[in-house]
Amino acid sequence: MRALDKKLLRDFRRLWAQAISIALVLACGVAIVLISYGMYGALENTRSAYYERNRFADIFASATRAPRNLQSEIADIEGVWAVELRTVKDAVLDLPNRVKTATGRIISLPASGGGILNVPLLRSGRLPEPDAAGEIMVNEPFALANDYQLGDVIQANLNGRKRSLTIVGTALSPEYIYTIGPGSLMPDNENFGILWMAETAASAAFDMSGAFNDVSLKLTRDADPDEVIDRLDDILEPYGGTGAYGRDQQLSDAFIDSELLGLETMARILPPVFFGIAAFLVNMVIGRIVALERSQIGLMKALGYTDFTIATHYILLAVLIAIVGVLVGWGLGAWAARGMALIYAEFFTFPYLLFSVSSFTYVLSGVLGILSAALGAVFNAMKAARLAPAIAMSPPAPPNFRRGLLDSAFSVMKLSQPTMMILRGITRWPLRASLTALGLSLGVAVLVASSFFEDSMEEIIDVAFSQSSRQDGVLLLTSVQPLSVLADVERLPGVLRAEGQLSLPVRLTNGHLEKRVSIEANWPGADLSRVIDPDGNVITAPEEGILLTKRLAGQLAVVPGDWIDVEFLTGLREQHRLQVSGIVTQYFGIGAYMDANYAARLFRQSPRISHANVLVDESRMDELHHALKETPNLAGLIMLTDTRRVFRDTIKENMLIQSFIYIAIAAMITIGVTYNSARIQLSERARELASLRILGFTNAEVSYILMGETLLLVIVAQPLGWALGALIAWSMSFAFASDLYTIPVILERHTYGFASVVALIAAVGSVLVVRRRLDTLDLVSVMKTRE
Amino acid sequence: MDAQRDAGIVFRTDDVTKVYDTGGAKVYALAGVDLELHAGELTVLLGPSGSGKSTLLNILGGLDHATSGEVWFRDLELSKLNDRELTRYRRDNVGFVFQFYNLVPSLSARENVALVTDIAPNPMRPDEALSLVGLGHRLDHFPAEMSGGEQQRVAIARAIAKRPDVLLCDEPTGALDSKTGIAVLQALRDINDQFGTTTAVITHNASIRKMAHRVIRFQDGKIGEVEVNETRIAPKDIEW
Repeated sequence: MRALDKKLLRDFRRLWAQAISIALVLACGVAIVLISYGMYGALENTRSAYYERNRFADIFASATRAPRNLQSEIADIEGVWAVELRTVKDAVLDLPNRVKTATGRIISLPASGGGILNVPLLRSGRLPEPDAAGEIMVNEPFALANDYQLGDVIQANLNGRKRSLTIVGTALSPEYIYTIGPGSLMPDNENFGILWMAETAASAAFDMSGAFNDVSLKLTRDADPDEVIDRLDDILEPYGGTGAYGRDQQLSDAFIDSELLGLETMARILPPVFFGIAAFLVNMVIGRIVALERSQIGLMKALGYTDFTIATHYILLAVLIAIVGVLVGWGLGAWAARGMALIYAEFFTFPYLLFSVSSFTYVLSGVLGILSAALGAVFNAMKAARLAPAIAMSPPAPPNFRRGLLDSAFSVMKLSQPTMMILRGITRWPLRASLTALGLSLGVAVLVASSFFEDSMEEIIDVAFSQSSRQDGVLLLTSVQPLSVLADVERLPGVLRAEGQLSLPVRLTNGHLEKRVSIEANWPGADLSRVIDPDGNVITAPEEGILLTKRLAGQLAVVPGDWIDVEFLTGLREQHRLQVSGIVTQYFGIGAYMDANYAARLFRQSPRISHANVLVDESRMDELHHALKETPNLAGLIMLTDTRRVFRDTIKENMLIQSFIYIAIAAMITIGVTYNSARIQLSERARELASLRILGFTNAEVSYILMGETLLLVIVAQPLGWALGALIAWSMSFAFASDLYTIPVILERHTYGFASVVALIAAVGSVLVVRRRLDTLDLVSVMKTRE
Repeated sequence: MDAQRDAGIVFRTDDVTKVYDTGGAKVYALAGVDLELHAGELTVLLGPSGSGKSTLLNILGGLDHATSGEVWFRDLELSKLNDRELTRYRRDNVGFVFQFYNLVPSLSARENVALVTDIAPNPMRPDEALSLVGLGHRLDHFPAEMSGGEQQRVAIARAIAKRPDVLLCDEPTGALDSKTGIAVLQALRDINDQFGTTTAVITHNASIRKMAHRVIRFQDGKIGEVEVNETRIAPKDIEW
């Protein structure tokens, strides 16, 4: 081994504490690249492979009841490659050994066996026999959640008739990777299942012989989806078509998209922060080492080492630090990716989830890590290489302090000399001080930007569950019914209060802007399902006019007072021009609201409802479920109490893990910056501080000077961190927002406080570790030696 | 007070040793030193490298502990003080001048002196101390803006500004050329004359001995010879 390499390794060993603190920051960046790119790639590749193999459709539409002979007409639309017609209906399930009802989505399986589009992937057992009326195949998560074996029998209320259905197989479907039931916020496999049934059986059960109510299309490569959607809508219009849509509005696919978006956002925002801080720290440390080794550099040059060798020597030191960081980051990333895979497995059901991170991602993250460290070192390495040997061997001139504008201010303030030393240290190297403050503020920002989710979730839960959806449950009717049916609902055991609501699928148009949503029509005085305005007040839809959620109003570019075209996609498919009378705050989904009486007047009909919101006496829940199993015309019961519980539990659990991770990350950044900054302070000021000790300054007074500059920067960094954190929170909220959900930016004072407390503890802790070295400062050597 | 000082013994050491244990082999930096320094006296400590003069100065200045023996500063036994008490002792009584000045680069001349006057019980004004060393016109200059000799004079001003009882100088001219070195020595001499500050100067430069009241020569951790100058010469007459 060459002597210079030995020096390199020994320098590295000597710097271990600083090296580790930098390596950890770098490791965070590497790990996040690994997780986000790796997961992104894995999720997207798995999804596209799955879609490809199981022929996931491109266009989806439903109708009330359309004749099967439309098939050829649909297939003739230009750009359509394949057509699949199905019967899809929701039904109340009566599961063995439990009182609570569940909701099942019955999907017909074409006689061909599995169909040609959205082909279910058989996991166990077999497909239902084409002519067997009582056989079903269920989605695997539903079977697992309820512990069903092949051969188990469940009861279902199909079109008012109770049927016994035998489970003959389990399967997964590209349509239900994210399996979310009607009205739910998260997958709840125990209470919502997919039931595939032979086409003849399903048609017979739902009175759909020779008809269909669901169509999926696969397009050719060069097809224009919008054109196909328009044509399909035209064809289905007479049969109660509610508007075709592409994959972007297919619920399962949209949720995966939103997850991919999250990963992409994470990959874009976080790694540059960590790599930037690591590069800055490397720059600081190598800069100090080059200053300390000035005479050694002079010597090496005098001995004939080239500029290149010397520059490489210092860059390699940074690379060694980076290698440690990359290795730790890989370990951390692999571990976190496994944890993430488990979280994904909880929400997404893939048959063969490819959660391995590609070797390319490992290489990429490693290269990025090493490159950022090398970049951090390159400036000082060049400086070392450029030192002329004669100059390098003579001691450096004292740092050039001169009187500046700020000095007059300092004089006026009559500061003590130690305070002056601290302030001059900052004003003498403003760039270094600013970068240090920036690095420290990023630690705070990471915490603010991550903790805001917690406050936002509280707000979301409050708005969604305490203020808007206050009902215990929602009874979904199989079809739209007269308002009088409410009286029957009220008579159900345990129902304390029932309110009707009517969902109206519509297409809203403002000029060229168009959006397909559902209008919820409520009766005045409705108390269980309400909407609130941006100021947090409950608003009711006016006698005439329409309320839009904020995001929807933005998408349609309308404000209260504007008029929009509303095309109702059910009934007589009437078109009306309605005035936007207000904006609604809603975090889940997008939608519109109107007065149900107004809707009835518009359609010249008696008032109708599509579902009933109910308040239930908890103690009579069993009786209610029992009665519901026997109630015809019921498509399902959504227990919002369950939804809330699942939502809260899942969020809480994930928040806890997330908070822990972000606190660790913030602490790592803060420790990395403060520890290195204080170590460099100590190294630069060691002689100065020892002189002061000799002059009679106490240990405490000298500690003040050592810690003062770093801690002052820590304090300056706090408000900067709050602002940066808020900025990151805003941009994340903006990046995450989709039609599925929006995350409001709620930043409570305690969030800022908490972030700063964590940062201050980490900062003071690491500075105190450095301060301990003052106790062993060698006063005597200062008398004799020069740096 | 001056009379008392003239009469008094400022430092007294009794069989002081300092032993460094360097992995088995014991090195005697001081091998039994008995010494008295008198009030108002300017003493030059001479001797080759490793003869123990700096070690002794460090022990007298409260920077280091003796391994054995007693060290007295007036009626204060330094050898029994802990670190905190030694800091107090240095703060109140001792002025140091180092070979490499050890000024704080981020403070101007005046502020470097103020560093000491801020914490001393009865200091002179920083500008007064700087005037004494002939730097009354360089008050607001930073170390980087001054020559080596000027920086060393700031260091002397910083050392004397607290009106110390003793001034300990370790190679104060070691890094200077003859012209600036003489200016520094003149400053030390002036302080000694004017305030009667007991001054000990370590040097390699034997010609400096002629300005001292007494010259103590060190050899192998012991005092070899003590010589009293009947006639002292002025620094400007020293042949460098």
